[in-house]
Parts: sequence; C-alpha cells; structure tokens
Amino acid sequence: MSAPPRDSLPISAIRVTGQVALFLLQLLVQCGAALGRPRLIVLQIYNAGARSLIIVMLSGLFVGMVLGLQGFDLLQRFGSEDALGIAAALSLIKELGPVITALLFAGRAGTSLTSEIGLMRATDQITAMQIMAVDPMRYVVAPRFLGGVVAMPLLACVFNVVGLLGAHLVGVQLMGVDRGSFWSQMQGSVVLNDVMEGVVKSCVFGVACSLIAVHSGYTAAPTAEGVGLATTRTVVASSVLTLLLDYMLTAAFL
Amino acid sequence: MTNDSPHGSSEAPSTADVVVDVRGVEYQIASRVILSGFDLAVRRGRVTGIMGPSGTGKTTLLKLITAEAAPTRGRIIVCGQDLATLDRAQVFALRKRMGMLFQNGALLTDMDVFENVAFPLREHTDLTEPLVRALVIAKLNAVGLRGAAELMPAELSGGMARRVALARAIVMDPEILIYDEPFVGLDPISRGVILRLVREMNEGLGITSIVVSHDVHDLAEIADDSYLLSGGRVIAHGTPEELLASDSPDVRQFMRGDADGPVPFHYPAPDLREQLRSVDER
Repeated sequence: MSAPPRDSLPISAIRVTGQVALFLLQLLVQCGAALGRPRLIVLQIYNAGARSLIIVMLSGLFVGMVLGLQGFDLLQRFGSEDALGIAAALSLIKELGPVITALLFAGRAGTSLTSEIGLMRATDQITAMQIMAVDPMRYVVAPRFLGGVVAMPLLACVFNVVGLLGAHLVGVQLMGVDRGSFWSQMQGSVVLNDVMEGVVKSCVFGVACSLIAVHSGYTAAPTAEGVGLATTRTVVASSVLTLLLDYMLTAAFL
Repeated sequence: MTNDSPHGSSEAPSTADVVVDVRGVEYQIASRVILSGFDLAVRRGRVTGIMGPSGTGKTTLLKLITAEAAPTRGRIIVCGQDLATLDRAQVFALRKRMGMLFQNGALLTDMDVFENVAFPLREHTDLTEPLVRALVIAKLNAVGLRGAAELMPAELSGGMARRVALARAIVMDPEILIYDEPFVGLDPISRGVILRLVREMNEGLGITSIVVSHDVHDLAEIADDSYLLSGGRVIAHGTPEELLASDSPDVRQFMRGDADGPVPFHYPAPDLREQLRSVDER
C-alpha cells in the first residue's frame, strides 16, 4: 500500500489555518457554557497565571535593568538621560512587555496546557469523557483557553511594573538619573493610547498563544512522541505568530 | 455454531431482544479496510464476548458502537436507534445509557477516586450532595473500594484503577456496559475480581455486557455468546463451548493458541534461501 501523497507547504498551511479556525469556532461556542462554571476557569487562571508569576517577574526585572543601562548609555550621548523614564516606559508598555510576556507564556503555560491535554488524550481521558457524554471542548479545552486569555494581559501588566522598577533601580539608583525627572517625564509623556496599544497587544497574544496551546494538545497524536511534537509546535508557532502579530498591530497603531 | 450472519441463525433473537444490532458494516481508513461485511447482534441482559487476535478490528467495533466513528457502509442500531440518523445531542443522550470500561481505566488524573466516580453524576444530574455521596459510596462498595475513596488515581494499582473505572461506568445505571480488554496486564487475583464483577454487574443489575478480549479462557467463564473476529470479519459465533469444540482451522488456531496455522507464524517475506543467497552475492 502506497503512502498518501503529501500536501505542498502552501496547501498544508491553508489546511492547518482552516482547521484552527474551525476549532476556534467550536471553542467559542463552548466558552459560553464554560463561563457557567467559574471555578474551573479560576483554577486555570491560577495554573496559567499565578504559576508563571515568578518567571515573568524575574524576566521583567532583568529586562528593565538592561533597559536602564542601555537607555542611559544611549541618551547620555545626546545629553538627555533625564528622558530615561519615558524611553523605558514606552519600550516596556508598547513592545517589550506584551511580546516578552507572550514568549514566556508560550514557554511556561502554553507547553503545560499542550502536554496536559495531549496526555489526557493519550491516556484515553478525553475519549472517556466523550463516552460519558461530556464534551471535552466544554470541560477541558474552553476553561484552559479562557484561563490563558485572562492570565496573559495580567502577566504583561506585572511584567511592565517590575520592568519599570528594574529600570528605576539601575537608572536612578545606580547611574544617578534624577528621580523626579524619571517619574514626571514618564507621567507627562505616556498617554492612554500607548497603554491601550500594550493592552490590545497582550490580549491578542493571549488569545493566539492559548489557542495554539489547546489546539496542539487536543490534536496531538496519542503517543509520547506525539505529545512531545505538539509541545514543540506550541512554542515554535506561538513565538512566530506573536512576532508576526506584533508587527501587524504596531503598524495598525501608528 | 455458524459462520453466517447472526441474524440468520436458527436461534435468531427477536428485534426487541437485540440491544446492539450491527448489520453489514464496513469500515475503512483511507484505502485500508478494517471491518467488512460485519454482522453482530448483542442480546439484552447477556454477556457477549468479542474475541480475536490483535489488530482484527475489535476496538474499532467498539468505536462504531459508541458512535465515536461512523461506518463506511452498513447500519448500527443501538437501543433501537440507528446511529446514522442521530445528531450530536442525540448521540450524547444515547451515550448516557452506556458505560465503558477502558483498558487502562482512563480515570481523570486530577481528581481523587470519589470525584472520578461522582463525575458523571455531577455532569448530568442535579442530585443533592448527600445523594451523590450515597450513590458513589454504594458503587465503590460494589467494587470493593469504598475505603479507597480519597486516593488519587496515581496511587492505585492497575486492578484497582479498573475497578474504580467500573464503579464510574455503572454510576449512571447504564443499560449497556462495554469492557475493552478488561483482563490485560492484571495479576490472577485482580483478574478474578474483575471476572466476578462482570458477572455480578450482569446478573445483579441486569446490564447487557459487551466484553472485548483476546483471553479465550477468561471470556469462556463469563460470556453467554461469543463472536470470533479475524481479518475484520466474524468468522464464528456461538457459546464459548461451541467455539472451543469447533473443527474450523481458523477457530481452532485461535482457541488453542497455536503459533502457526491459517494465521501464519511468519510475516509475509521473500523465500529464505533466495534472501540468504542475495546476501552472499553482495
């Protein structure tokens, strides 16, 4: 028996996009029913959000500290090191906060979601639910998706706050930038539109990364290798899609 | 015993007596035929055994009966309902009348034993908590694991996990109970416990049971009817005693466990001498 012919890359990409779109439609239908069980969603917000806090805060701190150093070095050349607060705030709120949080989210919470759902399929738990007339899309997938969608903007917010503290620590405490200038220039220059850009980005990334994670897990081959491949696919697809969406959203907001 | 359609046998059951009726079913994936010309009738209140070597379509048959997959051709009627005519909601309603015991138990790993058994009740009923507790304790008691209610699935042995899964499968009082390879990988004591429970569920609760297994002797102890599958077809059916007494070479090879016969020991390969000669020539 000959193996079925493989689709070319564009055909395969279109097919996968269509599958994910159909999956999203099914998921959105079930999200309404899943909202009726807030306990399951809160549990998933805890799993995806609270358990990612340490890594997000640590990363935010270091990114903010690097911003403080690099920003100070760059601005000093133009004699405008007092603008460090604005530079750090805009970089973090509009770009680094949502993007790096999404990449961290894909690596920590996304892989966890994929492997958990994939293992549930490999050990027949998903099939058992279907036989018990319980829709796994409603009971398993939708709460995890919603949990990720809610957790991602909250994590980005925490990342931004800790990042600003990191930039302040290095710029003000270490390099001697004036504390008043740091905060007042930031307050005067960061407008609501900047904050909205960051919020929209983190929400969009949250939907994209959570969707990829639950879809990869739900469609994983029910073997150890299949779950491993699905987990890798989650990280790769989420990272690439995050950067692509970031460019599109940045272009849209300018 | 007959190799023909079960519907054409001299002891053909009445339509009302048949809970699962599989007629002329064919199932294929891509160009690979898994089941072909498949007929099977499961009678109410009996234990029906489905035997056959690995890879003959036993698990596929269960997927078709539970409407997880749809046949390429033919009809499957469960509890008087033609599966092909049911929409998703009707399929889910029908599944509430079935219970299934998976080979590995398939317990939900993030819940303890009690919550696993209570899961279908919480999902499908509005029973009060005291009533849920009473029902779950009764079902766990029936499988001898009332004392294990607070254990997590990872803390259970293979036999215990299957007994918990059995308690979960019967908690909604199903009409049909399906067992997928319930004896695989169990020690003799656990196997004996499962054998006893299958029989008790059938006699005590009046449940119609379908047991898929390749263990001839275990099935012979509990099955009222048996079907023997090979190559995606039913090659024999009757009581276990009839199958054991069969003089058909296919049936005899399986029932006796002969290494060679109609199902050859060797996977199809070129002639050994030719192959060795070609190795020498290289």
